[in-house]
Amino acid sequence: MTKSLLFVGVGGQGIILASKILTEGLVKFGFDVKMSEVHGMAQRGGSVTTQVRFGEKVYSPLIGEGEADVIVAFEKVEAARWVKYLKKGGTLVVNDYEIYPQSVLVGQEVYPDDVIQKLKEKVENVVVFNAAEVAEKLGNIKAQNMVLLGALIKALGIENLDWESVIKENLPEKMHELNIRAIKEGMKLS
Amino acid sequence: MRKIMTGNEAIARGAYEAGCTVAAAYPGTPSTEILENIAQYEEIYAEWAPNEKVAVEVAAGASIAGARSLSAMKHVGLNVAADPLFTMAYEGVNGGFVIVTADDPGMHSSQNEQDNRLYAQHAKVAMIEPSDSQECKDFIKLAFEISEKFDTLVLFRITTRIAHSKSIVELGERQEVGVKEYKKDVKKYVMIPAHARVKHVEVEERLKRLQEYSNTTPLNRIEWGDTKIGIITSGVSYQYAKEVFGDNASYLKLGFTFPLPDKLIKEFASKVDKLYIIEENEPYIETFVKALGINCIGKELIPICGELNPDIIRRALLGEKERETYSVEVKVPNRPPVLCPGCPHRGIFYAMSKYKDIIATGDIGCYTLGMMPPLNVTDTVIDMGAGISAAIGFEKAAMMAKRKNKIFGIVGDSTFFHSGITGLIDAVYNNSPIVAVILDNSITAMTGHQENPGTGKTLKGDISPVIDIKGIVKACGVKEENIRVVDPYKLDETEKAVKDAYNATEPFVIITKQPCALLKDVLKKRAGRYVKVNEEKCKKCKVCLKVGCPAVAFKNSNIVIDKDMCNGCTVCLQVCPFNAIEKVGEWND
Ligand SMILES: Cc1ncc(C[n+]2csc(CCOP(=O)(O)OP(=O)(O)O)c2C)c(N)n1
Ligand code: SF4
Ligand code: SF4
Repeated sequence: MTKSLLFVGVGGQGIILASKILTEGLVKFGFDVKMSEVHGMAQRGGSVTTQVRFGEKVYSPLIGEGEADVIVAFEKVEAARWVKYLKKGGTLVVNDYEIYPQSVLVGQEVYPDDVIQKLKEKVENVVVFNAAEVAEKLGNIKAQNMVLLGALIKALGIENLDWESVIKENLPEKMHELNIRAIKEGMKLS
Repeated sequence: MRKIMTGNEAIARGAYEAGCTVAAAYPGTPSTEILENIAQYEEIYAEWAPNEKVAVEVAAGASIAGARSLSAMKHVGLNVAADPLFTMAYEGVNGGFVIVTADDPGMHSSQNEQDNRLYAQHAKVAMIEPSDSQECKDFIKLAFEISEKFDTLVLFRITTRIAHSKSIVELGERQEVGVKEYKKDVKKYVMIPAHARVKHVEVEERLKRLQEYSNTTPLNRIEWGDTKIGIITSGVSYQYAKEVFGDNASYLKLGFTFPLPDKLIKEFASKVDKLYIIEENEPYIETFVKALGINCIGKELIPICGELNPDIIRRALLGEKERETYSVEVKVPNRPPVLCPGCPHRGIFYAMSKYKDIIATGDIGCYTLGMMPPLNVTDTVIDMGAGISAAIGFEKAAMMAKRKNKIFGIVGDSTFFHSGITGLIDAVYNNSPIVAVILDNSITAMTGHQENPGTGKTLKGDISPVIDIKGIVKACGVKEENIRVVDPYKLDETEKAVKDAYNATEPFVIITKQPCALLKDVLKKRAGRYVKVNEEKCKKCKVCLKVGCPAVAFKNSNIVIDKDMCNGCTVCLQVCPFNAIEKVGEWND
């Protein structure tokens, strides 16, 4: 069975790296994997999405509406924007974190303050936490992407694979300890 | 060894394994990473050319000299390079010659949705289309072989979902083919009419041989499944078709797509009950199949516009309904791209935004965003270079109509080198009192920060002479007194230049000089700098919001500045009428 998952967020949040670690791991553990990225443009602050599909044999790299087993939203309103891609019964992992778009900054649009509540009303499986806080407690806010990756790995039920070695093979040594702890911490949260 | 790679990485790997020795390109999404990856192989000379035409000509020269050579570009880049493409189609090759065209169905980052498969047909050169990263690598190697065997340049056509999708690739070894001997052969390499007339006949004969090849090559293969439905498809559309139909259909999967395999198509069509053509954008395969007199279903059900995906196919061909999913009643604000905090383009746009009668013909780059609120400066964007040349036409038409607008043409540094220089020459030559604004942020930013002739570094990272923009402007004939070089972080100086330009009666040039805020050195240098609002002084007039910086927000009835986002460019500080914005942090210059 092919599994589909979606990373959504804003440029600069570390989505590309988190999805890279995930796909490298999935390949290592013998899955067929396809991944597709749309990273907008060079500027800071645009939305970023990465789609990953894995299983025995995967054809399309794209995920349709109502097809994602898990969505990981690195930012709150991005969760609302992409929730229609979630499969019925799928899991939505939401980082309790907001980044205002330009239209909100200048007061043309409002940032909805009840996103999480609205999502919880409709979606059965919502996992919410503040990854930045968790990462900060671990020693560096930059590891929030790995905390979210940990939660995703748990939601997919592939937490028993050797993710520690994947981190070690794909990141420079000085980043190993923090990122391994961050992934493990993330696994406890979903 | 197995590795997960993007299509672009796999193409670079394929070029390496095929013994490619020369590669030239100009950046453009989604093709940019091909050359960035090729540049990492010591065995290949790789360069950023100032534009796609130069890149293709560099690769063409290398091919004639005997090297396996490659050029890569986004779809619109091939328009720029169309001239050498069509003539090289006649001249053929010595070392194998491959041009990668990266099309962008869905226009994730492009100004149009052209389908460059039609170029192969038009120029009469062979075309290959891979459908995943493994094929990107394997097919590039074949492309070089086909190029040499049939004496033709090969167009290698990919799309965004091939270029930027990752899948697993089995790596191979580099095959050293060296650089072939060059023998002078004017009948082949000097395209005067007398030679070209002979060549055209040869090209037509070559096409016949290529079509025979197309019918027999393993690049075009039939996968038999249920024969009630037959599907002819290529590129990423093949993956979507497999995803939807699996074994419930038979497939003619095309990897060699010009010339198309007439016999193979007839054979396949005769053995299936119903024939679908699944392809993105133009009915390229469909038109050919229909011309063979074969009934098939294509664009009457599958849209021409936009990117294809499995769900569109499911709905169009199987009549499937949408899947059940979730929706929430939240009004989600848009998140369009904006100029970064501290972007050096902001100051000049702000200065121009004060003149309501300026017409600004813009161009392509980060600075295209000068059209967005709250700056709202740009009037037109056509293609690279038109920032300056369209200004001239605008000025001439305004003159004929006795309109009084001042016309500003805006281009970036990379765009100026690409095709802005010829426009500036036109302005001087034909005495057009436009203002050319050249935004020199010392990088090709939009496509992800590539070096260019003004940055002093090559694609390989070697030091090279900095081509002086002001020197070029002067050499084009713009008078010294009509040139201003300004620091766009200094608003007074920038506003003064805009005012002088506004009042000028001769061709005028403003060059803004300040590096892109995202460059590593800039990030490091400005790391400790930011500004904050002094709440006692702030009168909430919101003038600072007019500079459109994402770090400045109006939150809970207060102006707040995000200190992590701010880079201390001080543009907002300079516009505040009450001196309510203050510098904080480390300022040592
Ligand atoms: C013919 C063509 N080639 C390439 C591109 C892709 N492209 C868009 S903007 C751009 C570079 C812009 O660089 P620059 O002019 O320096 O402006 P900046 O983004 O740095 O502000 C490129 C290469 C294109 N749109 N058209
Ligand atoms: S990437 Fe550089 S040039 Fe582009 S918007 Fe950001 S700061 Fe400006
Ligand atoms: S100084 Fe003002 S305009 Fe410049 S980056 Fe900081 S907040 Fe933005």
